[in-house]
Amino acid sequence: MRVLYFAWLRERVGLAEEDVAPPPEVSTVADLARWLAGRDEAHAHAFENPAVVRAALDRRHVKPDTPLGGAREIAFFPPMTGG
Amino acid sequence: MSGVFTVRIQEPPFDAAAESASLTLGRTDVGAVVTFTGLCRADAGADGAALAALTLEHYPGMAEEEITRHLEEARRRWPLLGATVVHRHGRITPGEPIVLVVTSSAHRSAAFHAAEFLMDWLKTNAPFWKKEERADGGAWVAAKASDDVAADRWTATGESR
Repeated sequence: MRVLYFAWLRERVGLAEEDVAPPPEVSTVADLARWLAGRDEAHAHAFENPAVVRAALDRRHVKPDTPLGGAREIAFFPPMTGG
Repeated sequence: MSGVFTVRIQEPPFDAAAESASLTLGRTDVGAVVTFTGLCRADAGADGAALAALTLEHYPGMAEEEITRHLEEARRRWPLLGATVVHRHGRITPGEPIVLVVTSSAHRSAAFHAAEFLMDWLKTNAPFWKKEERADGGAWVAAKASDDVAADRWTATGESR
């Protein structure tokens, strides 16, 4: 699946997007965040405080316990500050 | 005439007066138009360094979709005749407009409420992020708890449901 990063998560990971193939036991949004955090130091830094990371699955806001299902795109980002 | 509902994400500035006028052009059923413009404010930072600019990052695709979902919810709650939401991205300097919400209705109450609802939800749910540019560097703007409170009151009270 494609993972997108925005704002300081993008800066910390050092990528705007990447394609990943997590193992089958990674079944929820929170599982994926933990799995990504274990990839390297940059990802670990981006996900060091999961409480301030939000996610959207196929462009809709989701909670951490949401199953990934067959989603094609997931985005991680800090709380929004538009308007 | 049916209503006209528009959501646009764009880099260039917008013309609030022209956007507002386009919602009433050629029609006689509109009794109220509310126009809200959010501007880039030149706040001094914690250390007193002046704001040079804001850079707004957004999630292309989702930004339009999320604001459109809010607009559909506003239409379910209030009898709107039209609405326009424009949100800019890119580098914006103090004094420039960032966001525009225009709502039109037969009567003022629906137009006022819908405009406020749209802005409150947009602040907390539309995927935009502001980065401040100051003489001493840059920093991402932190989300405000007061914005969450403003957005939540629309669900807590079931306003106009």
